[in-house]
Amino acid sequence: MYRILKKEVLSDVVKLMEIEAPHVARRARAGQFVIVRIDEFGERIPLTIADYDRDRGAITLIFQELGKSTIQLGRLRTGDSIASFAGPLGHPTEIENYGTVACVGGGVGIAPIYPIARALKQAGNRVISVIGARTKELIFWEEKMRAVSDALIICTDDGSHGRKALVTEPLKELLENREMKISRVWAIGPAIMMKFVTLATRPYTVPTTVSLNTIMIDGTGMCGGCRVLLEEGSKFVCVDGPEFDGHKVDWDNLLSRLTFYRDEEKRALDLYNHKCNLDKATVAEDR
Amino acid sequence: MGELTMQERMKIKRHAMPNQDQEARRGNFSEVALGYTAEMARKEADRCLQCKDPQCIKGCPVGVMIPQFIKALREGDMVKAVEWMKVKNNLPAVCGRVCPQEVQCEGHCILGKKGEAVAIGRLERFVGDFELEHRTCPLVKAAGTGKKIAVVGSGPAGLTCSVDLARQGHHVSMFESLHGPGGVLIYGIPEFRLPKSVVHGEIGYAVDCLGIELKTDHVIGRSFTLGELLEDYDAVFLGTGAGLPSFMRIPGINLNGVMSANEFLTRVNLMKAYQFPDYDTPVRIGKKVAVIGAGNVAMDAVRCSVRLQRILAERNATAPGEAHIVYRRSSGEIPARMEEYHHAREEGVIFDLLTNPVEILGDEKRAVKGLRCIRMELGEPDKSGRRQPVPVEGSEFVMDVDTVIMALGTNPNPIVFVDAEGLDRTRQGTAVADAATGRTMKKRVWAGGDVVTGAATVISAMGAGKRAAADINAFLKGENTWD
Ligand SMILES: Cc1cc2nc3c(=O)[nH]c(=O)nc-3n(C[C@H](O)[C@H](O)[C@H](O)COP(=O)(O)OP(=O)(O)OC[C@H]3O[C@@H](n4cnc5c(N)ncnc54)[C@H](O)[C@@H]3O)c2cc1C
Ligand code: FES
Repeated sequence: MYRILKKEVLSDVVKLMEIEAPHVARRARAGQFVIVRIDEFGERIPLTIADYDRDRGAITLIFQELGKSTIQLGRLRTGDSIASFAGPLGHPTEIENYGTVACVGGGVGIAPIYPIARALKQAGNRVISVIGARTKELIFWEEKMRAVSDALIICTDDGSHGRKALVTEPLKELLENREMKISRVWAIGPAIMMKFVTLATRPYTVPTTVSLNTIMIDGTGMCGGCRVLLEEGSKFVCVDGPEFDGHKVDWDNLLSRLTFYRDEEKRALDLYNHKCNLDKATVAEDR
Repeated sequence: MGELTMQERMKIKRHAMPNQDQEARRGNFSEVALGYTAEMARKEADRCLQCKDPQCIKGCPVGVMIPQFIKALREGDMVKAVEWMKVKNNLPAVCGRVCPQEVQCEGHCILGKKGEAVAIGRLERFVGDFELEHRTCPLVKAAGTGKKIAVVGSGPAGLTCSVDLARQGHHVSMFESLHGPGGVLIYGIPEFRLPKSVVHGEIGYAVDCLGIELKTDHVIGRSFTLGELLEDYDAVFLGTGAGLPSFMRIPGINLNGVMSANEFLTRVNLMKAYQFPDYDTPVRIGKKVAVIGAGNVAMDAVRCSVRLQRILAERNATAPGEAHIVYRRSSGEIPARMEEYHHAREEGVIFDLLTNPVEILGDEKRAVKGLRCIRMELGEPDKSGRRQPVPVEGSEFVMDVDTVIMALGTNPNPIVFVDAEGLDRTRQGTAVADAATGRTMKKRVWAGGDVVTGAATVISAMGAGKRAAADINAFLKGENTWD
């Protein structure tokens, strides 16, 4: 069992958890992920590592409550434990001094882009970061991002914080600005955002690394459920990735594969909500 | 009753295995083969001729003392039968259920030359199940030696190696990347063939009795590397199996509705997707399923499909659908255990033999809508001695399917080989290791099971684990050196 050392509510639907897992923290690096399982009945959920503390043997995860499993995880509290925690999985980000780089984080993607921006900064890069979300409440870690970036641009879809724009808008301006000399881009966020980032960078032939979050089960190369179609053929995201050259990804294939279990996910969520409501009602009645 | 004569023994007919009703079992995941009663087991044991030069033992990859355990069994001395069994085999309840006996012990039985072999596998299971229930033979740990061994992987190879080394008094840590031990026994082979309670029972017992330290969620190559293990342990055994699935190189493999048998079986068995939504992991099965391949993995996948289709159909009050095996050779070459093939037929699986897929067709939503196949005929024998299938020109046709499951073999998982300089591998990715000792090209590292042989059998993996354990033990006690 792995104990939750700390929990923070970053927004209504975005939670942070620091979890004790020394065997993962000891070698964890930016860009890698873990697989967690809440309990005996739980599914294996892949989550990107948002931060790690080797001394305390702890891994920080940030997740958005989207379906039954992440909602259930988000209800756990400091001191609670979860059943499984495997990792660190996948390859770490290749960090070098590339000159000037842009780090784009959308939604919960802000969490995994943070350690990458930090590592790039430490390696001597000039780091321009762009973070965005639907609305102000969904933006988190603004100060942390600012601390590791030479410049930070914030966007929201509704204009409630920073610029009213999609992250691709300021990114295009940065690429257009010759003096900036952006030599590389990292983008992490919803698949559709990553797709549009790669479309934006393609005309400028700026290498663009994306971190894919496909459906996974084992996370160790045993099932192929995570496979993604690249120009050169199929790859397993869990062992060959999770980071790939975004210009080579067949996004439409990826987007359609992500929807495969949508009906089942909805069914599980409806049942869970129903059960939680029943529980609440029974508690109320007992009182 | 006095001793039976040889003639009398030879007159007794082989006892059929009581099975769950053919019709009922299509709709559940409970075990199909129910096991002999004590009466049946004793009578079946009576058939054994106790040969002076028993051939059956030669057919067993670990050399189980077959005539001895059968003799004890028919004399009603179950404790002794278990003792004889455990000399060579720690997992009889597992092996009795999954070994391909027809090509091993039973394939060599003298009775099989004219009539039917003694049902050694069923007797082995009977003894194993007795032991699981009664715990007659507690494994004993020798006095501590102070030596530490890291075993990577907890499938049959790793488990056997761990048990044998722990019995010798060494401290064993078993590292497993999944959340539970057992390897293929847990994630691959379905409940209806090998109940998970049997696997948990066998493993839990061994681990508790012998104080084996079980480290799940540890992915070697990532959480720790082989190099790091060698700093902390006196010896390392790799039993990481061959879990990496291969996909056919045909158009359409990335359509929705195409999966590897490993994905499908892992969802169903390890994650218990057949009990979704009580368990969180779902599995999607269509109305018309094609499983490509005809090995044990394919049979398991197709029989799981039959059951899921039936369960869904009952829930939604619809027709149950069809499950096909698509195989490019003929029935004579089917590599699966005989029993699995028969059970699959009984359960209504349709066999499309001498048929090879050439393309998976998708609809506008990128979901599978068909499988284009070509008919094959048998030509000249190839290197393996099997007649090579060759395409029949102009025989292409489209099978109407919505789910395609690939069961085409697997390769060793590469992660463990990260930071493992000096550990040689073949072109297929298997570890190079000495067949007699399991020694790899890297000092203090042994390997065995599917990671060395490629996908093989439970018992051959156990045999490799055993041989490696013997060599590791001798090495640690200074009875032999590495060079
Ligand atoms: C569906 C299916 C049905 C089968 N049916 C039969 C049958 O009826 N009869 C029969 O004899 N054989 C059968 N087999 C074959 C048999 O199961 C295998 O040959 C046998 O399990 C191999 O044992 P192993 O210990 O080498 O590897 P495995 O059982 O594969 O175990 C390897 C273990 O190592 C773990 N591992 C891998 N990499 C790492 C790492 N880097 N770090 C930590 N742990 C790691 C894996 O998670 C796994 O648990 C079947 C196989 C399958 C897939
Ligand atoms: S998640 Fe199973 S192979 Fe990648």
